[in-house]
Amino acid sequence: MKAKTTPNSLTSRLPFDSQTLRLLVIAIVLFVGFSVMLRDQFFSVRNMQSMAVQLPEYGILALGMMIPMLTGGIDLSIVGSANLSAIVAALVLTRLAPAEGGGMSLALAIPLAILVALVVGSLCGLFNGFLVSKVGIVPILATLGTGSIYIGLSFVITGGPAITITQLAFIGNGTILGLPIPIIVFIALVIVYAIMLNRMAFGFNVYMLGTNAKAALFSGINATSVLVRTYWLAGVAAGIAGIIFLARTNSAKPDYGSSFILLAVLIAILGGISPTGGFGTVSGMVLAILSIQFLSTGLNMLMLNLFPSSAAIFFRQFAWGALLLLVMVLNYYEEQRRNRRISTSE
Amino acid sequence: MNRILRRNETLVALLIILLSLGIGLINPTFFTVANVFDLLRSIIVTGIFAMGVLIVIVSGGIDLSFTAIAVFALYCTVRLMKAHAPDAPIWSAFVVAAVIGLGLGLINGFFIARFKFPTLIVTLGTLSLFEGFLLFAIGNQIIRDVPPALTGFARSSLVSLPSARGTTVLHPAILITAAVVLLVFFLLNYTTLGRGIYALGGAPEAAERAGFNVAHIQYFIYGFVGVLSGIAGMTFGSLARQANPQDIVGTELSVIAAVVLGGAQLTGGRGTVMGTILGVILVAIANNNLILIGMPTVWQRVVIGIIILIGTGLPAIQARRANKRLSGATSA
Repeated sequence: MKAKTTPNSLTSRLPFDSQTLRLLVIAIVLFVGFSVMLRDQFFSVRNMQSMAVQLPEYGILALGMMIPMLTGGIDLSIVGSANLSAIVAALVLTRLAPAEGGGMSLALAIPLAILVALVVGSLCGLFNGFLVSKVGIVPILATLGTGSIYIGLSFVITGGPAITITQLAFIGNGTILGLPIPIIVFIALVIVYAIMLNRMAFGFNVYMLGTNAKAALFSGINATSVLVRTYWLAGVAAGIAGIIFLARTNSAKPDYGSSFILLAVLIAILGGISPTGGFGTVSGMVLAILSIQFLSTGLNMLMLNLFPSSAAIFFRQFAWGALLLLVMVLNYYEEQRRNRRISTSE
Repeated sequence: MNRILRRNETLVALLIILLSLGIGLINPTFFTVANVFDLLRSIIVTGIFAMGVLIVIVSGGIDLSFTAIAVFALYCTVRLMKAHAPDAPIWSAFVVAAVIGLGLGLINGFFIARFKFPTLIVTLGTLSLFEGFLLFAIGNQIIRDVPPALTGFARSSLVSLPSARGTTVLHPAILITAAVVLLVFFLLNYTTLGRGIYALGGAPEAAERAGFNVAHIQYFIYGFVGVLSGIAGMTFGSLARQANPQDIVGTELSVIAAVVLGGAQLTGGRGTVMGTILGVILVAIANNNLILIGMPTVWQRVVIGIIILIGTGLPAIQARRANKRLSGATSA
């Protein structure tokens, strides 16, 4: 109803603004470049599949980070929520259907464990939403605090060590029509996010709130409800990421993937999400996620070929930072050129 | 406004007193000299970091890269010393680390002052850049046999007292922290530059119109934070008697949390040295002493998270109430 008639942000009318176009070019150049340099080491079905398994882990977290950032906030607790969800789900699974057998049937226990992960993620997200919208704590601090609590609770539950769990390996290793299951989950989430942000009133409200909170308030948008839903969605994404963690690593660890927080923010910025909120598209996010994956895998292979030492794996970290700064400098100069053109045409 | 600020510091001081009394009642060893010395030792490095973070937050920015700068400076300095001057005195190590820190800090300053990029994002990028470069190009192995100057410094003591566990030692590195605290206090309160930093954090445009050169101030801030980070990194390494390239990075958020707990506001323009020290002490007490009251260490992060939420939530609720009262008064 309202959603259809809502005139949407620029982004839906111009799916390829110049920034998205540049990201597309970067992703293609990286892909083609590595394919030429590394030939079938990079350009092979096997490598495509292994990239498709690695990418959803942080890709889903980056998507989760996206909506809070669109509102001008951030969710630093996202990895904590993911790990807590994974640990509670792993616990449920090992209690209900122990690997030695004798419990509930797996066909019932697995959906239940997945549901539990989503519920835990939701609760984490709702608590963040409550702190940000009702209590009024700045998002970066609220989620810094809750992130510490969620990771802390994970440590309390496991007592420190990881919980080993193999019942979900079929999700991590499985494929449908040659596509690894994690990437299918990721693609589904991308579609849901694209619909939510571009075709639904909620998406419009998120952009509005991020562009101008005061104007949003005066135009009758219920900021509290939008913010609660924003952080709730981030929590759900974290829950899904938690299941992928479990399925990929066959274990639940309280401090798994702590570098993913900064990586998720980095991807969002690379993907054109404005850190002050209001601007950014799902297509930009997807291209940024792809670019980061191509860059990580390609550089890894290249460096291992060139310098067969243990140091090679660290090069990608350097490259991530360099890419982020490079893209920002490019954006800066393009904006300057555009401004100059506008001022001379007047 | 000043009143709210004072309230925030009193709140933290109150939290510290309550926590100390609580812990001390359950376990009297909390109030022993040994424990106080342990507490002081644990704030040596965090205290230096916190002063840098305070300056950045007061200026309206945020720095995530200071831990990477610290470990970069530490590791490079130790490598340089081992290769070229194994018998160099300890002060020269600190000078070299500070210079390396300055260089890296100025890279931050360049992107922030020249391009006006958001500080969070620049420093997120340089965090990844510095750490990646260190691990990839310089080294990723822990250096355990550090130059003798470092081991000598690690063994030195400022005060040593006999105690139940043998002797209790207060390390002289606390003097470095004290000097940094005094320096930053003087800088922020008694220099034009310091007032410029507050002005920049309060309203950049107004600061510019008032005649402050914003770009210069930013170069100074990030360069200075680089120097402090280099010193903090070197202190950390000499206390630990090793240079581990994968240390320190990852603790940045807890330092920022301590500073914000102390009343510095991420929106800029507000924050005091006193409050910051209180924040650092509060986090250190929570970190070190839960075990004294029989709370398993696994609860540490939960407690710190709760402290962050209380420390930031109460002022937020107060501000909300004040706002409501204000708008109620004007509409009536």
